[in-house]
Amino acid sequence: MMNTATNAVVVENLEKRFGGFVAVNRVSFEVAKGEIFGFLGPNGAGKSTTIRMLCGILAPTAGRGVVAGYDIYTQSEKIKANIGYMSQKFSLYQDLTVEENINFYSGIYCIPAELKEERKNWVLEMAGLREHRRRPTALLSGGWKQRLALGCAILHQPPIVFLDEPTSGVDPISRRAFWDLIYDLSGRGVTVFVTTHYMDEAEYCDRLGLIYRGELVALGEPERLKRDLMAEDVLEVLCEHPETAMGEIEQLPGVKEAALFGRGLHVVATDGEAAAGEIGELLARSGRRIERIEKIVPSLEDVFVSLIEARDRAEQPQAEVKR
Amino acid sequence: MKIVRITAVARKEFLHVFRDYRSLMMAIAIPIMMLVLFGYALTLDVDNVPLAVWDQSGTAQSRDFIARFDGSRFFSVRGTVVNQREMDYTIDSGRALGVLVVPRDFAQKLAAGRAAEAQLIIDGSDSNTATIALNYAEAVVQGYSQNLVFQAIRRNGLPEPRQPLNVKPRVWFNEELESKNFIVPGLIAVLMMVIAALLTSLTIAREWEQGTMEQLIATPVKGPELILGKLIPYFAIGLFDVLLAVLMAEFVFHVPLRGSVLFLFSIAVIFLIGALSMGLVISINLKNQLLAAQFAMVATFLPSFLLSGFMFSIANMPHAIQVITYIVPARYFVTTLKGIYMKGVGPSVLFAEVVFLMIYSAIMFTIANVRFKKKLS
Repeated sequence: MMNTATNAVVVENLEKRFGGFVAVNRVSFEVAKGEIFGFLGPNGAGKSTTIRMLCGILAPTAGRGVVAGYDIYTQSEKIKANIGYMSQKFSLYQDLTVEENINFYSGIYCIPAELKEERKNWVLEMAGLREHRRRPTALLSGGWKQRLALGCAILHQPPIVFLDEPTSGVDPISRRAFWDLIYDLSGRGVTVFVTTHYMDEAEYCDRLGLIYRGELVALGEPERLKRDLMAEDVLEVLCEHPETAMGEIEQLPGVKEAALFGRGLHVVATDGEAAAGEIGELLARSGRRIERIEKIVPSLEDVFVSLIEARDRAEQPQAEVKR
Repeated sequence: MKIVRITAVARKEFLHVFRDYRSLMMAIAIPIMMLVLFGYALTLDVDNVPLAVWDQSGTAQSRDFIARFDGSRFFSVRGTVVNQREMDYTIDSGRALGVLVVPRDFAQKLAAGRAAEAQLIIDGSDSNTATIALNYAEAVVQGYSQNLVFQAIRRNGLPEPRQPLNVKPRVWFNEELESKNFIVPGLIAVLMMVIAALLTSLTIAREWEQGTMEQLIATPVKGPELILGKLIPYFAIGLFDVLLAVLMAEFVFHVPLRGSVLFLFSIAVIFLIGALSMGLVISINLKNQLLAAQFAMVATFLPSFLLSGFMFSIANMPHAIQVITYIVPARYFVTTLKGIYMKGVGPSVLFAEVVFLMIYSAIMFTIANVRFKKKLS
């Protein structure tokens, strides 16, 4: 049974095929009202395809979905009135000024005449574009464009917003400013569904879905994903000449992988305690000074990489058999 | 359907047109240019055919005969030749379209009361002009010999004979038989068909190409609201073009407008809705500006130019082609405009044409609405 009373988005076995290619493979998840839900995955994983199906602009091949209480097959127009959508590519009119773009979407969303001015000012304020209101949109910087696009998508104050990679190609300061806006929306009770391939941004979300090759490989709060989903332990090793030590450490039994991370190494091992001892011995033998060997909470990147590597390993034998 | 949304789309579309000088050029400058070019160049009138003479007789009679040609508005004598080589050269180089050769014994034969001969050599490479020139020449010669006969009779003191048959032809509608009078009204129709379809063929494809459509289809705007909103500005431009064309016909080409101006504009309104919607249908289906513009050009220009009866009479076409002309909307607009301009007729005579144009516009508008989907494919 789908719970649509407390959930803004409910998806069951949603699937999209383009000919023989499966872009989204039977994904199921729920997004609670008011939460910031992150959809994390590499380019081409199926993030945009999923978001487009949820916004009612792409027909799914199979599965079920309810957004804002409306069915994605039969009530897509009702959905469109209750969501704000910001597509991946900047999609406002470049030859129109900031104000003209806002006025256009204000008309499209049928904002009542007495509220128009107030909403426009709200968007201009929020995007920091008050002084640039008469500038052609084409002349704005990337960060401003993104904030204006968000503003135009939420003029009608929808309960849910879908943001498809809103910060791609934007400088770090503007990215930070954009996330402040997302928190601000969330604070007003708006459900935010956001896709990204930035790991740091994923940490800002209340809950995450990890999507890889069209499949949902993990789902949960960032903290829980980091704690529970990694079978192996991650050790942080700070020592002299980590770049040469890396190869030697990888040879140790029980060590799965070693990678440079910052000024030290991240070592993935089946048993952290045992591996820590062995690494200590190895480094002592080669005469490298050891600063620290410590079991750490894995980063999202560690989790994601380990999950998709496990999946690739599991899929390989299948592929061989098929051949 | 909400008026607010339609006006929002229409206003935005107006801004696009006025910000982009190329689209303004296309909307205003091209119709004027085409009207001037076609209006002046496309003339079927054969006047002042350039003629050279080889007057071997060199007598008062031969000069009188030549003056008959030069004096008519159909021919103008541009020079003389004195031998075969010069005559060949004059025709080959195109300095004259024909050479009138008056033989040495022209005056003697006339004086002796025998039939004199003269030769007219015409450049037949343009068969249409050559045929008309020959007909003119025949008329001039006939008038000249009739005159001689009457002179002889009078000189002999006999009563002038009564002509047995006297046909008095009267040309209706285009009394001076000037080709601009029927070309310009038809030209307005052809022009409007091409311009209207071209204008709207870009508008939806542009939004798909630039990615703005993806944002738009994720809003509650309805297909018909978008279609109507996009039609309004181009409809205004189209109507302005018609006004421009009518004014040019009046003041530049001096084509008399005999029918009702109100009726003319009413028909233009119906026709524009159809042609603009057709441009939208092309744009919706092709989703690519370059492709859509080229397709719109080919799909409108050739049929309206060749199969509308604008220049080439439909009655003279092979039967199979005649059947095809029934589905060329410009055919009905051409007929209507010619009727209004030259015959001054109204809806009672042009009823069928008006009904067809209405059906055409309704079909095109419906297809545009049905074909436009708020989904990505």
